[in-house]
Amino acid sequence: MASLEGVTQHLPAIIVAVPLLAALAVTALWWFSNKLCYPLSVGAGLIALAASAGLFQQVLSYGVVEYRLGGWPPPWGIVFRVDHLNSLILVAVALVSFLNLAGSRVAAEKEFQEKVGAFYALYLLFTTGLFGILITGDAFNLYVLLEIASLTGYALIGIGSGRASLSGLNYVFMGTIGATLYLFGVGCLYVITGSLNMVDIGAILPNLWPSKVIVLAFLLCLGGLFVKMALFPLHGWLPNAYTYSPSVVSSLVAPLTTKVMIYAMVRVTLTIFTFDFAFNKISLQVPLVWLAVLAIIVGSLMALSQQRLKKMLAFIVVAEVGYMVGGFWLGNRAGMSGAVLHIINDALMTLCVFMAAGALSFRTGDDRLTSLKGMFRKMPLTMGAMVLGGLSLIGVPPTCGFFSKWYLISGGIEAGHYGFVAALIISSLVNIVLFFRCFEIAYFEPFSGSAGHQPGPMEPDDRSSTVVEAPADMLITLLTAAVVLIVLGIFSGQIVTRVIHQVIPALTG
Amino acid sequence: METIDSIRPLIAILASLLVIPLIMVSRKAPNLREMWTLAGAGLKFLTIVSMLPLVLAGTRIECTLVEVLPGYGLELRVDALGMLFALVSSFLWIVTSVYSIGYMRSLDEHDQTRYFSFFALSLSATVGVAFSANLLTLYLFYEMLTLSTYPLVTHHQDREARSAGRKYLFFILGTSIGMILPAMLYIALKTGTLEFASQGIVKGRISPQATTLLVLVFVFGFAKAAVMPFHAWLPAAMVAPTPVSALLHAVAVVKVGVFSIVRMITGIFGTGWLAELQLSTLVCTLAALTIIISSLIALSQDGLKRRLAFSTIGQLSYIVLGVALLSKSGMVGGMLHIGMHAFGKITLFFCAGAIFVATGVTNVSQMVGIGRRLPLTMSAFFIGALSVIGLPPCGGFISKWHLVIGTVEANQYLMLGVLLVSSLLNAAYFLPIVYRAFFCTPAESMFPGPAAEAPTWCLVPPLLTAGLSIILFIYPQPFLRLARLAIQAISGG
Repeated sequence: MASLEGVTQHLPAIIVAVPLLAALAVTALWWFSNKLCYPLSVGAGLIALAASAGLFQQVLSYGVVEYRLGGWPPPWGIVFRVDHLNSLILVAVALVSFLNLAGSRVAAEKEFQEKVGAFYALYLLFTTGLFGILITGDAFNLYVLLEIASLTGYALIGIGSGRASLSGLNYVFMGTIGATLYLFGVGCLYVITGSLNMVDIGAILPNLWPSKVIVLAFLLCLGGLFVKMALFPLHGWLPNAYTYSPSVVSSLVAPLTTKVMIYAMVRVTLTIFTFDFAFNKISLQVPLVWLAVLAIIVGSLMALSQQRLKKMLAFIVVAEVGYMVGGFWLGNRAGMSGAVLHIINDALMTLCVFMAAGALSFRTGDDRLTSLKGMFRKMPLTMGAMVLGGLSLIGVPPTCGFFSKWYLISGGIEAGHYGFVAALIISSLVNIVLFFRCFEIAYFEPFSGSAGHQPGPMEPDDRSSTVVEAPADMLITLLTAAVVLIVLGIFSGQIVTRVIHQVIPALTG
Repeated sequence: METIDSIRPLIAILASLLVIPLIMVSRKAPNLREMWTLAGAGLKFLTIVSMLPLVLAGTRIECTLVEVLPGYGLELRVDALGMLFALVSSFLWIVTSVYSIGYMRSLDEHDQTRYFSFFALSLSATVGVAFSANLLTLYLFYEMLTLSTYPLVTHHQDREARSAGRKYLFFILGTSIGMILPAMLYIALKTGTLEFASQGIVKGRISPQATTLLVLVFVFGFAKAAVMPFHAWLPAAMVAPTPVSALLHAVAVVKVGVFSIVRMITGIFGTGWLAELQLSTLVCTLAALTIIISSLIALSQDGLKRRLAFSTIGQLSYIVLGVALLSKSGMVGGMLHIGMHAFGKITLFFCAGAIFVATGVTNVSQMVGIGRRLPLTMSAFFIGALSVIGLPPCGGFISKWHLVIGTVEANQYLMLGVLLVSSLLNAAYFLPIVYRAFFCTPAESMFPGPAAEAPTWCLVPPLLTAGLSIILFIYPQPFLRLARLAIQAISGG
């Protein structure tokens, strides 16, 4: 029992250390055998998932968990600080990355061939970075981990062929700008407070008002994170990066990157700058919600004009970022709860639709909407998962998307912000059109084999009349993700009252 | 009023849901597959019937599933109104299943497994709506019904089905997300509850102006009720196989629409509050316009199913009108009409399908003399038509009688006129079909030769429902008592 207690004490470290060490191990093993990379990575993903679940349980039972790296007390040492907010999101992120990893084997082998070891190593490093961002209680440490996640993200996207490397480069430029802005912000804070610990800074800042530097730091941090989360009009890097990257990469990066950045925004705003400063001392609330409204509308309309499934989904991600940013900056309990709930819901529904898109293009070798013809008959289960994911993005009960939309719209009505309410409704209606357009093609138009298809450089010409259901491991993880959407929906009342409201009332109250 | 907890309403909903995997697994053995459908239908009906004595004794049966939003849970409750609707739809599902087997096999339709699976899902959603204890639960099942009927409407998967499917989604999913969802949220935020209560929940919490707006949003937004101008999806949906049109677009789906409106009027707005605001005339006028216009359009339709569809649009608004009269008899009549119209209209659709299976005819103009080929089918058609027109000796007379009395009670003499004119119009678009089917010279007749009816599985269901339409005239007690109980619950007497 003593050893078990020892393990549970170190869960925060395990979550970060296990994927990191596994990444190193994969890199080493890769020289000997390609076969071992996958099981090792999945094992690491599973341990991280178990650890995050355990940590979530600890937070639910005992409250905030603080873990001091090297035993140094804050504010001198780096701490990992886990409360209700990040423990919840940790579980979602660990689940998403694990499911995607578990279903990646066949597609990764086909896509990367001998480079498969590099893929798994980068994958694990990327998740390490994300876990770190979620768990750290140190503002500068967050920057470092942001860079780890970003650099591995660039590499993962650039690993694809064709336009992938160009899109990756674009992502590098924009990402670097974002990270640098954030770093400047943290620099400003360090100059005036002498601290990098988030809670510590949060305690010091109120004494320094009304220093202009705080406002500058706030704007820099926020601006940097807006670039990283692809908030309109800073979203330019996202669609191509998600479209041209390999499917197993986009179904990892698309669900997680933007969501973790939104978490970072919530964390930086509430813990470092505090609610009172962000919502009462500065009047950014109104312009930010309107910016979110624009993001939702533009994202939805741009999605309408796409001919490629992944690009359409990428623009939906842009719109969804608007949901969360807008909900958060409404500044009331319902809106903020909706934003946090939507972080986990959106992570899983984005995973579901991107994985389904990946499975479809894996079999058809194409991701244009026209390649969906006859797919309900050829790949009924994959399409079934796609339908569930689509319904969740539309917001049909009992899928989880309905419930976060419920809170977001409630928040909008409570705040009297009917522009935001209208944007959410319009986006739901546009999503109906988007998804049912796909379903119509897949349902009404007969499968046409290779007719009209010219294989591009990145599309091996294996589109034959023998398209069959996706491979079993891909399918099982995809269906799991789809079922989770309903489970999350049914338990969303519990999640909000037992977890999210633990964080939100204390801050707004 | 006594209330008991029981999982029986849940069983009634799940019965048809749980047979779906069995239906899919048995796709290679059609007889076994159809047996699962019938078993699910039977179990569902029996579960519902088993609750009937309790409901008639004035007991409410409740079942709380899960609290999905703080303060708003998924809850089921069986009361008299819900029981009436569930009874009708679950019984007619059994009949329609039998008919479906005959129809789909006779025409050798494709994808029958998919068809029977989604049919079962639709019925789960329908009974779910009937037994919803609050608006959130109702909304959930309402959406589920929309989505599960989409593959049925578009069963043929051709160009026409695709455009019908689009209309279906545009009108039904578009309104439920664009209108119902925000309105529901508004009510939830203003009142803190979505529970259907006997006197409504909005009085004193939402201003009269906002209430007026909300009433309009719900009357139009529940587009399954096809109140004009939100009706266009229904004639388009007639591309579906006839059993779908029969059960879903004469009974389940469309009645879910009017049922939802009735629930809003009685459970959310409250009849007393609506009477105070004098909104009765507004809603009645919308319904009356729909009744008259749809009847006039029906006159000009040559496609038999399209004519029936426009007739349905009018008849649905009878129910809306009856309840919106807010007088006792009017409301009883409206609620009764849910059941009475169901039996009459489903007979007509069954006949339309039987005619198509036996002769391939779909248009009224091609039906001259068809009574000689299909004497039994056309006799059933005649009875169904009488019931929908509202003439004795058919059940439709009972509900229409109450509606007429209701207009007088409410001093709405204009509405009385509308009902009478509409009855004449109903007769004008139905009776010539029957007349020309039987009375024509041998030279005019398009159907020479001896009688040759549709296969038994297609023939027995319309005869049965026609017979029941007559029985309901003589013995309307189960529905009448339920409707009266429902009114008692509202008026608190």
